[in-house]
Amino acid sequence: MEAYKNHQSVVALMNRNNVDTDQIIPKQFLKKVERTGFGVHLFHDWRFNPDGSDNLAFELNNPAFKGAKVLLTGDNFGCGSSREHAPWAIADYGFNTIISTSFADIFYNNCFKNSILPLIVSVEKLQALMDEVSAKPGVAFSVDLEKQTVTTPAGNDFSFDIKPFRKHNMLNGLDDIGLSLMHEDKISAFEEKQKQALPWLWRQA
Amino acid sequence: MSSTHSRTMYEKIWDSHRVHHEAGQAPLLYVDRHLMHEVTSPQAFEGLKIANRKVRNPHSILATLDHCVPTKDRDKPIADPIARKQVETMIANCQFHGLNLYDMESPNNGVIHIVVPEHGFVHPGMVTVCGDSHTATHGAFGALAFGIGTSEVEHVMATQTLPQEKSKSMLVQVDGELSEYCTAKDIALAVIGKIGTAGGNGHVIEFAGEAVLALSMEGRMTLCNMAIEAGARAGMVAPDQKTYDYLQGKEFAPKGDDWDLALAYWKSLPTDANAEFDTTVVLHAPDIAPQVSWGTSPEQVTAVNGTVPSPDSFGDNNKAQACKSALRYMGLTGGTQITDIKIDYAFIGSCTNGRIEDFRAAAKVALGTTVAPGVTAIAVPGSYHVKLQAEEEGLDKIFLDAGWEWRDPGCSMCLAMNGDELKDGERCASTSNRNFEGRQGKGGRTHLVSPAMAAAAAAAGKFVDIRLLPTS
Repeated sequence: MEAYKNHQSVVALMNRNNVDTDQIIPKQFLKKVERTGFGVHLFHDWRFNPDGSDNLAFELNNPAFKGAKVLLTGDNFGCGSSREHAPWAIADYGFNTIISTSFADIFYNNCFKNSILPLIVSVEKLQALMDEVSAKPGVAFSVDLEKQTVTTPAGNDFSFDIKPFRKHNMLNGLDDIGLSLMHEDKISAFEEKQKQALPWLWRQA
Repeated sequence: MSSTHSRTMYEKIWDSHRVHHEAGQAPLLYVDRHLMHEVTSPQAFEGLKIANRKVRNPHSILATLDHCVPTKDRDKPIADPIARKQVETMIANCQFHGLNLYDMESPNNGVIHIVVPEHGFVHPGMVTVCGDSHTATHGAFGALAFGIGTSEVEHVMATQTLPQEKSKSMLVQVDGELSEYCTAKDIALAVIGKIGTAGGNGHVIEFAGEAVLALSMEGRMTLCNMAIEAGARAGMVAPDQKTYDYLQGKEFAPKGDDWDLALAYWKSLPTDANAEFDTTVVLHAPDIAPQVSWGTSPEQVTAVNGTVPSPDSFGDNNKAQACKSALRYMGLTGGTQITDIKIDYAFIGSCTNGRIEDFRAAAKVALGTTVAPGVTAIAVPGSYHVKLQAEEEGLDKIFLDAGWEWRDPGCSMCLAMNGDELKDGERCASTSNRNFEGRQGKGGRTHLVSPAMAAAAAAAGKFVDIRLLPTS
């Protein structure tokens, strides 16, 4: 996984609540066996007209948001499916940070596997940030994962919470599987205990 | 860590599965059962290959082909080359790693959350995962079952564990007796209507109360299946005699002396008398009418004898905006009687309502009726076993005589990945679990209902209050 580096980036504003995974990445794009190439399909049904041209009314097609790495959006972002194709599409499109008042559980977890930082702010803070971007589309926020801060030109700065292990793994681009396998002896010990206590679970092993 | 001796079922399973926990890391949770299908696994297998790792415990895995498979003309190759490749990749990967796969030639093939219980693969107290949000289904067995992403699928294959943060606990108590016209699906929709699609965020739900206990195992599966639509991590029902009777004798259920040992363990799992939940929600079953969703979120739902709301009927501005947006997509106006809404399509199936009891309930309503002119109705059994059993009971004939199509198993129109889909603007009475924009096809308009309600709507060409149907 790529390490998350501090950055100052344009913020794209998508003022919608309950943006679900069927909108983030419609199911017809889930048939691929590769992990890459999903960015072109991000928000497909909203982003493109039936003839394939860009839907200029769609927020993310605003030229001011070109190159944005931060997505500012409404409540319960990512609700619905467990499809990790959703964060794959978001990351491949270019976002590495999402700011909202809440995220769906599975989506939130999936973000951390893909170097996407999901930041939770209060309702008031979200409104202030959205007002700032509405007033000045193309404005850039600075995200510092090390300090756990976001600073904005209009002074709507805030600190954010993140579990220490998640921060550590994001900053260092650490592979979850490698980390877990460092405890292989404990996994084996657990299995030995289970074979004794609940032997029926191991009959077909 | 609970400060009292009393623990919820969730806490008991959580505590007994912690492999390791050190400061600064998420607890590592052991995974007993890993369910797989073709859509969320290919990149995980690829990851294993690249890292030169193997599947740690092949016996803990049960896999199927369900999302992309056609529900008719299965003797022909899959038309979509990308879907065909995905299916072939799954077959090759399962063969390479020695995994149990119910492919399309297998008599056990079907939707993952339907075939797994059919074979008794998930037991009370097991931590069960799948790259699929409706894994919550298996909570019906008193298992801790939840959906994961593809990276986590790879992690579980390699390590048999997952780093997991503990969730909060929510008790959803459904008191009283459910009307004979209502089902677990209606309870589920009523719960989501009450707490919203984010209401369960950060929580594992335990469903309890008289009405939940009264549900059959299939009913409990329908209920737990929909926990994810309330934003919960998982949904669970305590195991009881119904659970044990359901499991006994199934292929992967413990046998002989093992059965007695397992039973003793399972009986220790239900929530302790004085255990505390972080949040409690109470519903009264007699108040629940047959539900119909009107919008583009499962929380946008009402009773069949109700009306589509207007945006200005919502005090909350966010909900008002969501209503406006949904009405525009759904082509509906506030104030419209649900029973005046005409449909173009009816779909009975999915991991929510694709089991034998669902088809029995629908057949009871469909018997002697004819699908209304202009309506296409498809019945998709959740597995070959469900299909066979339905045929033994003559249910297929009831549907066919009524003008329904009787299909082979698959996820089908629930998410329309296999060619079974709505055209732009078509309206569907669907027994599936999500009514998001475009879910059943671009521009497709989904109304979530129970199987009996879908059957009644197909016959009438519009939604019907099944409580008012003449009894035969």
